[in-house]
Amino acid sequence: MRLLRSRLPLWGVGDGGKYLIAIIDYKAGNLKSVECALKKLGFPCCITHNSGEILCSERIIFPGVGAAGQAIADLRHLGLDEVLRQVLETGKPILGICLGAQIILDKSEENSAQCLGLISGDVKLFPSPLFSEENERLKIPHMGWNSVHLIKMHPVLEGIKSTDEFYFVHSYYPVPASDKYVIGTTDYGIEFASIIGHKNLIAMQFHPEKSGTPGLKILKNFCTWNGHYAE
Amino acid sequence: MLSKRIIPCLDVRDGKTTKGVKFKENVDIGDPVEMARFYYEEGADEIVFYDITASSERRDIMIDVVRRVAEEIFIPFSVGGGIRTIEDMRAVLLAGAEKVSVNTAAVKDPEIISAGAGAFGSQCIVLGMDVKKVEPSEKTPSGYEIVIHGGRTYTGIDALAWAKKAEDLGAGEICLNSIDTDGTKQGYEIALTSLISENVNIPVIASGGAGNINHMHDVLKYAKADAALIASIVHYGTYTIKQIKNELHSCGIKVRNTW
Repeated sequence: MRLLRSRLPLWGVGDGGKYLIAIIDYKAGNLKSVECALKKLGFPCCITHNSGEILCSERIIFPGVGAAGQAIADLRHLGLDEVLRQVLETGKPILGICLGAQIILDKSEENSAQCLGLISGDVKLFPSPLFSEENERLKIPHMGWNSVHLIKMHPVLEGIKSTDEFYFVHSYYPVPASDKYVIGTTDYGIEFASIIGHKNLIAMQFHPEKSGTPGLKILKNFCTWNGHYAE
Repeated sequence: MLSKRIIPCLDVRDGKTTKGVKFKENVDIGDPVEMARFYYEEGADEIVFYDITASSERRDIMIDVVRRVAEEIFIPFSVGGGIRTIEDMRAVLLAGAEKVSVNTAAVKDPEIISAGAGAFGSQCIVLGMDVKKVEPSEKTPSGYEIVIHGGRTYTGIDALAWAKKAEDLGAGEICLNSIDTDGTKQGYEIALTSLISENVNIPVIASGGAGNINHMHDVLKYAKADAALIASIVHYGTYTIKQIKNELHSCGIKVRNTW
């Protein structure tokens, strides 16, 4: 926190600029746990759907739990789909979490929702029945702790080990159009992209705010990331 | 590959953790926030809180506990007990819990499951089932019956039929508690757990009867439970969560690596 405060913010500080990190509030999911985790780490943040506040902040967290159709409808209703596009253009770091890692793609099988298209690709439902390598039937939702196989290095994943596990809860998974967007994969009957990224946007299917020490490490890394990533 | 979850359960009465045997003779054993933090640091994968506060006027105490827990622990936790309406669910989720569990209220009005799943998503609606073994009958062909009011009232509802119905209504998970084994430390109800877990497609947390690590091994391996709830064996210091995970790991159960 000291580091962040002692230097000038990268972007202009307007009325809403006293908070450096905006957690986007579009009625979806448990925003409080993201806020609690950032507070614990010492990064001031605010939960907001105010486009001025979002545009003035230094970095954006885009969480979400719930159904894709409703989430997209709420985002559009609040005008936040356009705000997110604008933020992406500015180069400010954006972190998508769970549903926030799905609706950044083009479209989702959930509610046949047309999504934001910030990264090209689809969101698919886990096939059923689903079996593990040991031929055990796997349940849906994919709920619980699983590991991530890191395919590429990313500043936000600095210090993350292959043995670290993260908390997942989802029935749909991201399928980016190109492997170049895939940063990490997870095995649940099929190998799916659990961390995707493009430029200043990184998104993960699991919940870093609920994934203990390695999850907090990811959030901390994100809060100090400058938004640069060589793909 | 997904890890099996080890979940300490804290019964909270008027803001204090308590423990009873077969839902009776409860004694206070500590502060729920401190205990939750301790288990979090030890490597618990999730925490379950049951609010067994008798009077509805004292419910706010639980909301305050939830709020403080959310500030301290960074793993998922659920809250059950006394959740009767969508507004009760909202209060608990807004205070920072990931999941709510409904039990008696869902038996009385199953629509609360679909309403909750519609409002907050299936992933946060846990169906708590308290089950007793009975003679198989026309009404309860599985030989297991749902009981409510903390085990005092038989409902005539078959446990397996109820689990399937709850899944159809949108429950995201089942926490399956055997009243016959609850607090006995004699082992989980393997046949019941296996019956439910193999016949629904949502995760099942086994509850009631953990006395040693073998019991946990058996319910996770043979009964195909996705998670094991524990109380006495960690509350009274028989084992630490680390010991449990180390031993399960050495017997080939995939658990989250926190060492």
